[in-house]
Amino acid sequence: MTETRNIEISELRHLVSERALEGETMLLNMGPQHPATHGVLRLMLELDGEEVVNCIPDIGFLHTGVEKDMESKIYQKAEVMTDRLDYLNPIGNNLVFCLAVEKLADLDVPARAQGIRVILAELTRLSSHLLWLGTSGLDVGAMSLFLYTMREREIIQDIFELCSGQRMMTTYVRPGGLWRDIPVEFEGAVRSFIEIMPRRIEEYESLLNENPIFLERTAGIGVLTYENALRWGATGPIARASGVALDIRKAMPYMGYEQYDFDIPTRAEGDVLARYLVRVAEMRESLKIIRQALDKLPYGPVNSNNRKYVPPPRSEIGVSMEALIHHFKLWTEGFTIPKGAIYAAAESPRGELGVYLESDGGSKPYRIHYRTPSFAALQLMPLLAKGHFVADLVAIIASIDIVLGDTDR
Amino acid sequence: MDGTMILEWLIKSLILILTMTVGFAYVTLYERKLLARIQVRIGPNRAGPFGVLQPVADGIKLIFKEELTPTNADKLIFILAPVLTVIPALIIGAVVPWGTEVSIFGRVVKLYLADINIGVLYLMAVTSISVYGLALAGWSSNNKYATLGGLRAMAQMISYELALGFAMIVPVMMAGSMSLVDIVESQKSIWFAVVQPLAFVIYFIAALAEINRSPFDMPEAEQELTAGYHTEYSGMKFALFFMAEYIKMIAISMIGASLFLGGYRGPFIDLYPALGPLYLFIKVVVILFVIIWIRATLPRIRYDRLMQFGWKILFPLALLNVFITAVVLVWAGG
Repeated sequence: MTETRNIEISELRHLVSERALEGETMLLNMGPQHPATHGVLRLMLELDGEEVVNCIPDIGFLHTGVEKDMESKIYQKAEVMTDRLDYLNPIGNNLVFCLAVEKLADLDVPARAQGIRVILAELTRLSSHLLWLGTSGLDVGAMSLFLYTMREREIIQDIFELCSGQRMMTTYVRPGGLWRDIPVEFEGAVRSFIEIMPRRIEEYESLLNENPIFLERTAGIGVLTYENALRWGATGPIARASGVALDIRKAMPYMGYEQYDFDIPTRAEGDVLARYLVRVAEMRESLKIIRQALDKLPYGPVNSNNRKYVPPPRSEIGVSMEALIHHFKLWTEGFTIPKGAIYAAAESPRGELGVYLESDGGSKPYRIHYRTPSFAALQLMPLLAKGHFVADLVAIIASIDIVLGDTDR
Repeated sequence: MDGTMILEWLIKSLILILTMTVGFAYVTLYERKLLARIQVRIGPNRAGPFGVLQPVADGIKLIFKEELTPTNADKLIFILAPVLTVIPALIIGAVVPWGTEVSIFGRVVKLYLADINIGVLYLMAVTSISVYGLALAGWSSNNKYATLGGLRAMAQMISYELALGFAMIVPVMMAGSMSLVDIVESQKSIWFAVVQPLAFVIYFIAALAEINRSPFDMPEAEQELTAGYHTEYSGMKFALFFMAEYIKMIAISMIGASLFLGGYRGPFIDLYPALGPLYLFIKVVVILFVIIWIRATLPRIRYDRLMQFGWKILFPLALLNVFITAVVLVWAGG
């Protein structure tokens, strides 16, 4: 049972400034239902006129207990839940879960599966960045951009549907490989997408990059210094916009990222504009990676042939006794992973997405914990928002690109 | 002054009010359709052919919506605020001429409701009243977002009223009259927008700010203040605010057309005076197009920047423009 404790009002005293007591500043509750909080984020604001004196994020409205729930599910079933964490990066979540399982179980993933995983992960990054670009445009009042980015995002969703039958919650990446091989139409669909995309990115840029209103709204707003980015554990585009050239794909390569040629775009300014520019540049880098991965995508199996982890193909079940046994065992009690603990990380669209997985040798995870980039980014809010206007606050929330499903888990 | 005269006025007032309210309904449709086209969407197309019955459906929906009044709201002012906003919007159109004279059933009818000699002053006075509605709505709702929205609306309107006023003075100076009919008639040879492009641009920007349209839609900035001053309003009371905003859009387009774009004047107007309303209509539609186009394209200016822009750039420019115009007029006129 949880213990309840009465909190004295004096214990919360430090959260607001002296002036709030005299009624000179206004306390405003922004969210959890508010059009600009990107989900169910609640911000407790202390405002002096329209200027933010204090900003306290209150999270937990989307807490679903996924991590705890996973402990009671076999690995195959636990993976399905990972899609729901960061709902804009479902394949990335699958991927990092599978990376942890594969590391601990010492499973090899065939080169073709790795290539496809990279393509899908980069498409997810594009789709997440597109949604971010649209909504952050919407937040500063540029409404048309949202529909333009959704138009392109739709193509990506269609590609996901093509290979997995699902648009968002795909669970396509599985421990040891993929659910199944990509269909023949996949390559053409992806190629035509990466063909049109650069022009579309230019189109978005033409709406924003030289727009004086947009520049005014973003330049010098919510500045995160290099030191603070390191100190507060910012990763991903937020850190890179503050000059920290950290990218898990380069720092701790996984899925063969080391064989692709791409840059880590960084900016020194650390403001909302820099984060925008970094993300747009990242979209171009993602296209570069997809093109390379498609070009060198080898033929072959997409699943490990370790039957202790990967179910046998349908054709084998009818003729092989072992295959039937493996199939039965895998889908009834799941696979077991040797005792041990592992941390695996991948670069999600929002930064370092890590999984800490502890196994007690059983078929269910003993403990699983997600290190999510949104959680780390959200704690920057008080730091970034102080001294800015409510209008800027909205731009800042958009720029740190939080997903509440990712924060609350 | 006879009975038919009063009847004529009544009919004209009725037509004006109806035009404005029906105009409001169809400007919303026009805006939605146009935005949809710009944003690669289809827009409303379910109610009636091409969605022409959409405004009717919206209206019916809003009438049947439950009207909520927040518990601690100041009830009287809460109800009064939308009324205060919508009435000025409806009566602005009274001084805008639709044409010269036409004869209907053998009777010469003037195509304007009132040709008062202080027409422009009347416009300035009436447009300013509606800000009370917004401020009171924000204040009486007992909602912090609404209060912020109301405050923004007030500050914004006060700062832009000056620039707007100075921009409207220029055509007055050029025409030597405050009557809108005279102003339109003095654009016989050339539109004032051509002679005075700066004044026209200032008028347009300030008018956008005056009616809280994008990129100056601060008072109702959805992403910041949920819905600004009308956050707590629902049903018909909300519809009244909505109505005021769109009628004001039509009104400033009509005024802009009259002051700078030759109003009802166009080719063959002297031969066929009945063409007047048509020309005015076309000009209004074009101006509305630009307003909606701007909304689809530009992000919102930040509140403090808006004030700076109003006071430090727009107002001095407008003042300078008036000054130069005066000097040139006096110099040229001897």
